[in-house]
Amino acid sequence: MKEVVLALLHGGGAHGYEVKQTLDGTFGEVLPAMNAGQIYTTLARLTRDELVTTEPVDGDARGKRVYRLTAAGQALLAEWVARPVPGMRLKSEFLMKLVAVATARLADPGRLIDDQRHEYLQSLRDLDGLLQSGRPGSTARLLVEGSILHVRADLEWLDLIESRLLEEGKIA
Amino acid sequence: MTPVLEARALAKTYVSGGAHVRALDGVDMTVERGEFVAIMGPSGCGKSTLLNLLAGFDRPSTGEVWLGGQRIDGLSEAALARLRRRRIGFVFQFFNLLPTLSVRENVELPLLLAGKHRRAARRTASILLDELGIAERRNTAPALLSGGQQQRVALARAMANSPDVVLADEPTGNLDSDATRAVMELLGRARGRGQTLLLVTHDARVAAAADRIVRLRDGRIVADGRLEPARSVPDLLDLGGDT
Repeated sequence: MKEVVLALLHGGGAHGYEVKQTLDGTFGEVLPAMNAGQIYTTLARLTRDELVTTEPVDGDARGKRVYRLTAAGQALLAEWVARPVPGMRLKSEFLMKLVAVATARLADPGRLIDDQRHEYLQSLRDLDGLLQSGRPGSTARLLVEGSILHVRADLEWLDLIESRLLEEGKIA
Repeated sequence: MTPVLEARALAKTYVSGGAHVRALDGVDMTVERGEFVAIMGPSGCGKSTLLNLLAGFDRPSTGEVWLGGQRIDGLSEAALARLRRRRIGFVFQFFNLLPTLSVRENVELPLLLAGKHRRAARRTASILLDELGIAERRNTAPALLSGGQQQRVALARAMANSPDVVLADEPTGNLDSDATRAVMELLGRARGRGQTLLLVTHDARVAAAADRIVRLRDGRIVADGRLEPARSVPDLLDLGGDT
């Protein structure tokens, strides 16, 4: 979020409201929960960390402020642009849950896998429904399509987990 | 209401190289009229065996198959063939189109076999081929079509007699995503007309279009659950948290 806001301030200052409008325009339908408060909190933290300077707009009675990047903000932004985002995803809420549940004998791990598979299939249906509704714009569409590919990979991974646990005799 | 299709304690054992292989091991399943069911499971779990038994292409070792309130597993081959012509449309994974007939003739054949007049058969076939976007290939031999086009012809043939039940074995197995979409749209329309759909599929995205997902493992049903209509997706993007 921090870097995205810095990027939107690059090439000239902007008001908080303009930052929000740009974000809404780009991510549109997939970002309904984005509120102005979040943007202003982010801008306040960027100002505190001296990545951004702010000054009031002359003669604006509502206290409107304009935000600009500092040299430190420019440097952080350049570094962010040059660095690819991490490729590895080694976190899985599901795997942690499966292991914890199996260790504590809270439930049948096979049942957990079946329920999770059902949730993923439902998610695929939800995401396909969103695509077919035609609501997502081009950026949002890419996001939804990416999510579909990830859910499909998660389903394949569940099959792998299941067959491994079957081999090891850990599920019936 | 009488279920459109029912399997009762259905089992099938094959003898292969002197060993008995239990392909299906006591399956109970009831399908209501108008349901769209996806059957999933790992290779060799009995999915195709189940579909073949339900269509009467194969006979169970024990157990019963009921179609619209009639027990069909003991019927003669001739009676089964008649029943399939009228009430069941079957889509094979590898199409099984007749190579010496044109696309149009492949689709007309089941109509003619069901006693339709030639002109009525031609009309129905051209409507179906039109719906599937392959009307301009109607005089072509199936072998000259792409996999996706052949699959659509196979689907048109299965739909020709407006069967109550459409059974399909991996109907999108060899298709790219555009052809998959065309097949899914046709199946969606069939469902809209109240036809019952039962498909075996590996493709999770195809299965996610179904109302109900039955999962087989080692010849048994291990899960049988319903999907809700697509829920709204409230908040896909998470930009927060790191500031």
